[in-house]
Amino acid sequence: MENYRPKRRGWHWREGVGEVRKIGKFDYYETSENLIQSQPLPAAKYFDNIDPQPAPVITTEIASGRFEDDIRRMRMAAWHGADHIMVIRTAGQSHFESLIEGTPQGVGGIPISRKQVRAQRKALDLIEEEVGRPINYHSYVSGVAGPEIAVMFAEEGVNGAHQDPQYNVLYRNINMVRSFVDAAEAKKVMTWADIAQIDGAHNANATAREAWKVMPELMVQHALNSMYSVKIGMKKSNICLSTVPPTAPPAPCMRLDLPYAIALRELFKDYRMRAQMNTKYMESSTREATVTHVLNLLISELTSADIQSTITPDEGRNVPWHIFNIEAVDTAKQAFNGMDGLMKMIKVDRDGEYLSTKVRELKERAVLFMEEILEIGGYFKAVEEGFFVDSGYYPERNGDGIVRKIDGGVGVGTVFERDKEYMAPITAHFGYNNVEQYGKEYVDNPSLLIDGSTFEKPEKIIFIDELDETDNVNVRLEEVKDLINTNLIKPEMEWLGDGVVLLTMFLPTDVRTAEFAALEIGKNLNLKDCEVIHREIMQQAEGTRIELKGRVDFTIDVSKLVIPPKPEEMSEDEIRAFISSNPMKVVAATVGEDEHSVGLREIIDIKHGGIEKYGIECHILGTSVPVEKLVDAAIELNADAILVSTIISHDDIHYKNMKKLNDYAIEKGVRDKLIIVAGGTQVSNEMAVKYGMDAGFGRGTKGSHVATFLVKKRREMQNEN
Amino acid sequence: MRREDDFEERRKHLADLSESELETYFWELAEKIVDPLVNLAYNNTTPSIERSVLLRMGFSSIEAKSIVENAIDRGLIGKGVGNIVYKYSKHKSLGIREAGLKLIDPNSWDEVKPLFNGGVK
Repeated sequence: MENYRPKRRGWHWREGVGEVRKIGKFDYYETSENLIQSQPLPAAKYFDNIDPQPAPVITTEIASGRFEDDIRRMRMAAWHGADHIMVIRTAGQSHFESLIEGTPQGVGGIPISRKQVRAQRKALDLIEEEVGRPINYHSYVSGVAGPEIAVMFAEEGVNGAHQDPQYNVLYRNINMVRSFVDAAEAKKVMTWADIAQIDGAHNANATAREAWKVMPELMVQHALNSMYSVKIGMKKSNICLSTVPPTAPPAPCMRLDLPYAIALRELFKDYRMRAQMNTKYMESSTREATVTHVLNLLISELTSADIQSTITPDEGRNVPWHIFNIEAVDTAKQAFNGMDGLMKMIKVDRDGEYLSTKVRELKERAVLFMEEILEIGGYFKAVEEGFFVDSGYYPERNGDGIVRKIDGGVGVGTVFERDKEYMAPITAHFGYNNVEQYGKEYVDNPSLLIDGSTFEKPEKIIFIDELDETDNVNVRLEEVKDLINTNLIKPEMEWLGDGVVLLTMFLPTDVRTAEFAALEIGKNLNLKDCEVIHREIMQQAEGTRIELKGRVDFTIDVSKLVIPPKPEEMSEDEIRAFISSNPMKVVAATVGEDEHSVGLREIIDIKHGGIEKYGIECHILGTSVPVEKLVDAAIELNADAILVSTIISHDDIHYKNMKKLNDYAIEKGVRDKLIIVAGGTQVSNEMAVKYGMDAGFGRGTKGSHVATFLVKKRREMQNEN
Repeated sequence: MRREDDFEERRKHLADLSESELETYFWELAEKIVDPLVNLAYNNTTPSIERSVLLRMGFSSIEAKSIVENAIDRGLIGKGVGNIVYKYSKHKSLGIREAGLKLIDPNSWDEVKPLFNGGVK
């Protein structure tokens, strides 16, 4: 750690975008290069396990508060297709003058310190080799230590950062003069390090009372930060607008969001779009959030996105959990996979009456906004007058904007004029710098005065390990040492060993009663710290859906688990080929007084992926069939196998029937020629074999498992003959 | 301030602009707004900027914080704290790091002030 240097600097866009790419059985028009290792979508198994990677960089935001657990989540996200890992900063760091050092635990994010950044970068350097694609690491250059954080990021190989002085001013109440002066230096450093910049405009959307009304202002905020960055020297292709579709259902959001998305992309065509997902209207339903986010992805597809951000669908109810980071990344991947090539078939009616009117109107409103800023005396004056985050649809004003004063805020009075002899002997410094006083030869490279700054000579970087003996990663890891490289595991949502589990339940009562009943259920299940994190009325009188989180305080020793071997499953092609050259016939029924035929149909019906689909001829004799009739039918039809299904298990009736079936087949002299298989929810292979079956199949069996067995057994019998 | 939506009235002077004229105008306005801010940044510095300079000169965050605080206390931050460390190192014939570490001690600063009495040559 002490001497680790990042492998590379600068932002990375996905490669191979724009090519038609054949992946599995399909041509794709909007993908990037495949990964060498990845975790495909669940349904990929039907499509040769392909994992097409969309064209935009895909973001995941990680905020566990412990960098060591963040790293594990980064790896999961990278395997699912995220290549922009945004690490959220702990609450309160914005007002901290200086860097934070060590590895203290954060709240809603981590304290961004050199050690944590270095550790995470080092981990990502390894993870990107696993997946075969460079991963962009990202955090925040804001607050009253922006320039220092920017320097540390440049030194440590951070590839992307939020930087927008307006964010400091409006949401962190940092003095506006200080914010802009700091920002210039930070942007200059980011420019040197080729760090992609994301602005903070989307926060206006999340803050405004009626989010869709701030659209003109959003464009103004984007413009000010973009233009300011360009003036500092940042290239436009590294300036990314953080843009979010402002609205969500049940509002007719596409109609409101699409004109805005188009207006923005037209005005900012030289810049990059970081498409964020809506957070403003997120409630605790992960389903509802996901649908909104898919609509946001449709906006990206209909317009463009260079970086597609993802929001975890649980953000409306808690600090995001591992599994929801992955869900969010998959939502983006899945939606883009599904929409691949959509724009080859449809066109946005940009010049139709509705869109052309709306797009024009938004641009004009933004222009009017800026005209008024200049009229009243400039940016600072406008902030003092509460221009920003006003809930009115500009030029409408509701008088509820955020007001900041030029002589107020954190860090007021800390801006100092540079003297004539002001000098800084380093690289990537913005502004007046009288290097010439020490010789003309230093003007183009001030760091020569000190024989190179840390940017040229990273060995000059001073690494601080830990400052706090009680709040650091070593202490935290000691607390969970029983769970590291041992046989013990615990469920977790955020941190190793947090023990958190989520229960979903329906309770047939009203919402308030259901909530307290659920807490009681959690108590009865011995869960600690129970909390209802989602409640949804199904019908006021009939009942409520509840999601309850709680904590277990036991561990599971995986070395003591009895894990039955995985059922064998041949490939569809292999089974088909065998059946085609060795046709098979089976008779099937539920036996005894058993009317439960659903399971049997699942195993046989082609509609359910049953064995019929491989070309096996199946005769279902019905339900409650006597075992004698089943064997007689098998003889008559010259069948190769009998499948019996038996659900009812009291008094071991299912095993008794198996024995009866076996005995009768022996009596008839056909047992050796027939394969006899039993299935049912309470059937175990071991017991079925004991009662004379060739195999038994229990809960979770699929047609493919049974077909595999039939083929194998048949081969075995052929070999014996 | 409260105001009804007077968009139709206000936009009159924009109505005849083409789409590209409107966009060009949008960017002209943005430039006019940020120019004074860029100018402000060009001519000023802050504790954070100075700490970031010291980081790049090979000091730790903790060292940088103390040195910058001392510079502010002595009213010398406008000279550039990196400049102070540089000049002090020359004056004392010390390496940059060695000189900077001495400046963590407020007492060392008595020697700094005279170095800047003359202003720029």
